[in-house]
Amino acid sequence: MIENLGPQLWVVLPELLLALGAMALLMLGAFRGEGTTGVVTGLAVALLIVVGIVVLRQQGGQAFGGSFIADSYARFLKILAIIGSVATLIMSTEFLSKPDRRIFEYAILVLLSTLGMLVLISAGDLITLYLGLELMSLALYVVAASHRDNVKSTEAGLKYFVLGALSSGMLLYGASLIYGFTGTVSFAGIAAATKTGSVGVIFGLVFLFAGMCFKVSAVPFHMWTPDVYEGAPTPVTAFFASAPKVAAIAVFVRVALTAFPGITFQWQQIIVFVSIASMALGSFAAIGQTNIKRLMAYSSIGHMGFALVGLAAGTVEGAQGVLTYIAIYVAMTLGSFAVIMAIKRNGQSFEKISDFAGLSRTNPLLAFFFAMLLFSLAGIPPLAGFFAKWYVFVAAIKGGLFTLSVIGVLTSVVGAYYYLLIVKTMYFDEPLPTVDPVRIELRTVLAISGIFNILFFAYPGPLVSAAAAAAKSLF
Amino acid sequence: MTTWPILSVVTFLPLVGALLIYLVRGDDEAAQRNARWIALWTTLITFAVSVILVLRFDPNQTDFQFVEKKNWLAAGISYHMGVDGISLPFVILTTALMPFCIIASWKSVKSRLREYMMAFLILETLMVGTFSALDLVLFYLFFEGGLIPMFLIIGVWGGPRRVYASFKFFLYTLLGSVLMLLAIMALYWNAGTTDIPTLMHTAVPRNLQTWAWLAFFASFAVKMPMWPVHTWLPDAHVEAPTAGSVILAAILLKMGGYGFLRFSLPMFPLASHDFAPLVWTLSAIAIIYTSLVALMQEDIKKLIAYSSVAHMGFVTMGIFAGTIQGVAGGVFQMISHGIVSGALFLCVGVVYDRMHTREIAAYGGLVNRMPVYALVFMVFTMANVGLPGTSGFVGEFMTLLGTFKVSIPTAFFATFGVILSAGYALWLYRKVVFGALTKPSLASVKDLTLREGVILFPLVALTILFGVYPKPILDMSAASVQQLVNNYNTAVTAVKAAALLQ
Repeated sequence: MIENLGPQLWVVLPELLLALGAMALLMLGAFRGEGTTGVVTGLAVALLIVVGIVVLRQQGGQAFGGSFIADSYARFLKILAIIGSVATLIMSTEFLSKPDRRIFEYAILVLLSTLGMLVLISAGDLITLYLGLELMSLALYVVAASHRDNVKSTEAGLKYFVLGALSSGMLLYGASLIYGFTGTVSFAGIAAATKTGSVGVIFGLVFLFAGMCFKVSAVPFHMWTPDVYEGAPTPVTAFFASAPKVAAIAVFVRVALTAFPGITFQWQQIIVFVSIASMALGSFAAIGQTNIKRLMAYSSIGHMGFALVGLAAGTVEGAQGVLTYIAIYVAMTLGSFAVIMAIKRNGQSFEKISDFAGLSRTNPLLAFFFAMLLFSLAGIPPLAGFFAKWYVFVAAIKGGLFTLSVIGVLTSVVGAYYYLLIVKTMYFDEPLPTVDPVRIELRTVLAISGIFNILFFAYPGPLVSAAAAAAKSLF
Repeated sequence: MTTWPILSVVTFLPLVGALLIYLVRGDDEAAQRNARWIALWTTLITFAVSVILVLRFDPNQTDFQFVEKKNWLAAGISYHMGVDGISLPFVILTTALMPFCIIASWKSVKSRLREYMMAFLILETLMVGTFSALDLVLFYLFFEGGLIPMFLIIGVWGGPRRVYASFKFFLYTLLGSVLMLLAIMALYWNAGTTDIPTLMHTAVPRNLQTWAWLAFFASFAVKMPMWPVHTWLPDAHVEAPTAGSVILAAILLKMGGYGFLRFSLPMFPLASHDFAPLVWTLSAIAIIYTSLVALMQEDIKKLIAYSSVAHMGFVTMGIFAGTIQGVAGGVFQMISHGIVSGALFLCVGVVYDRMHTREIAAYGGLVNRMPVYALVFMVFTMANVGLPGTSGFVGEFMTLLGTFKVSIPTAFFATFGVILSAGYALWLYRKVVFGALTKPSLASVKDLTLREGVILFPLVALTILFGVYPKPILDMSAASVQQLVNNYNTAVTAVKAAALLQ
């Protein structure tokens, strides 16, 4: 066994680097005090970039008897999760620069949570899955409450923790049932044992899926999302909306497709239901919102519903659709949150939708980019969001899921309504006082995300073929 | 045949113009002037380039011309552009009308002029792209992308109820189109490609034809718009700025008719044949009902908007008659209506710029102060009525002729529309132009300026030219229409013969 360890450690090299780096940074912060917040954050970004490069250049392989899988599927999603984490860390610099919020732990918690995501994405059995999930979630609970003196932030963290613990419990219960009925925890083993599917396994599957629906904030396990999104500091909300969603949807797809391919028909019904419910609730409940962060929460619920449409197809096209969707979704979300963070007047943040009134006249470029992102979120061509929807629905149509597709596109029209409301506020309403100059880091994130969204149609090749290759490695 | 991608140049040239305007900084008078001139020159050059298309176009060929093809999304989804006799007239209509729209907005738009001009130029790119795309996904991209600039044009520069109108426009159209998107996906899996020329020669299973036809119909019927999904149009027209109304009436509505010609008839001939009675019925209702509604309007723009719905009824009726006269008449009617309704909205814009009201009751006796305007307005009113000698007559006559061959009741009822249109159009003209000039606010109103003359006189000339000599348009589309109708009839008769054999 020992002589085999070397090559196996190469497979987990990115995770090792990240874990050791996070520890080192923790030491640095702990011994040097709060003054190092800026340095620690900067180093954390550098560390993530290094890890990202390692992930990119890594050879695929499996470690520890198949419980850790580094295939091109994992690589695609890890890069995406790292991009999400890097972008949020960059966008958090202003939040962390205030005297009362110089918390160097913030960056380290983001690193640890990212580590959890990487493990989760590569999980090849239920134990690794649970390890990754808990590492990710526990760090997230703390990050949600990182604005310690703010009641709302603390409440958000607590709420997230209590509900998250409940969902972890359900997931664990489901995992134990599956183990009990199949005698194995590895996905490949479960797949072999569930060629037919017994009632016990399906029972476990439901619990397992319930836990994962909670993590991707799919209906009916979405209740925490609006409150946590609203209560958490905005950079943290941006983080919640991007990287953890990537990891959660990644493991969701991997479990469904590699551990239960024999009983696809059984779990397909669950996904179809969850997907329809998420899309519908995400569109209808967002209409009445006045707080932009709450609105983004419902929007993300809806978007997870759309992403799950691809999973419902249960085919390689479907998996490719999910991957494309989640990649474009991350780009759109990060850009949108950059705009939300940029709405400041005299250093004061604003979160009401009405605070965007007349932005097109006071800051035309910001308004233009946000409008394009909103149209993209609504799925209007030629923006990237349209292609995201194209790939999931094209898979659903091929899979014969016509009802799901029709309901899906109809809810996307309802969803377009509330995105249009924001565009209307920015473009048609009378302007409010001008906003502060936008900070460079927000401008950078917004520019990258906005240009990606607008010009994606001109050169979709790389992302689409990467997603296709990643999806193939699951089958 | 061509060495440079002429169609792509026509399509994306306006986008370049929009970028140039973006580079013009500032909001002062000089910057506004620059933005206006850049927009005008861009549209003029685009038009000039599109004229090359006409010169090099071979009307005897039924295949697509000026074809460009590049790999794009995936296998079977490519960047494929090209025009035939059916789409080329619409491309020219678009590029020809854009300079008029820019000139019409010269003085009347004062706020955020740069954004306004950019929106129009981007819209032009999307419209030309819609008519020249030869790939369904590409078509959808242009077709739906047009919603964004139009939404902003109505919402930012529109009238008092602009928010309501812009939302209604956007959501109505989107709702119809998303269903079409699903049908496009189904066609993609059926044939393995979204290439339009390939799909035209691919037999689609009967069941899929029915559903796909309905999905495409949902989109195009809203866009057209057909009764009963026309209600967004009067609102959008009334609230949009003058040039916005012109584009809406002259070009955006034609996308629906173009869609029927490009997709519904060639790709789903059997479903088209099955559903033709439905379309005829809706068309006949549209013609009579909206004409009656138009009689009751108090707002000039609303009246013209309802008359547009009625005229589009002739188009759908002619297209789904499936006869050569019907289809050719449909194409001609769309081009003619593009010129005439665009011109009518420009005429409304002329008096609106002076009086800032569109109430019919606020006008009367304009002929005393504005004789030239009265003359111009009369030509377009007569064309709207369908008086022989104007372009409006040719289209209506041909569609009716084509429909009489297949459905006498439809044609019978539709003919009433001709009478009713005379009713509302002449009534409008009498109320606005004739009578004594009693209203004090009109006492000092001035006749057409040079700028207004420049935009209206060429349209007068075209209206009369195509009225007495419709050959250029009919010739351009003849071969393509012939092929379309032949293929349609072959497919339908083949099924009928097969049914008889059983």
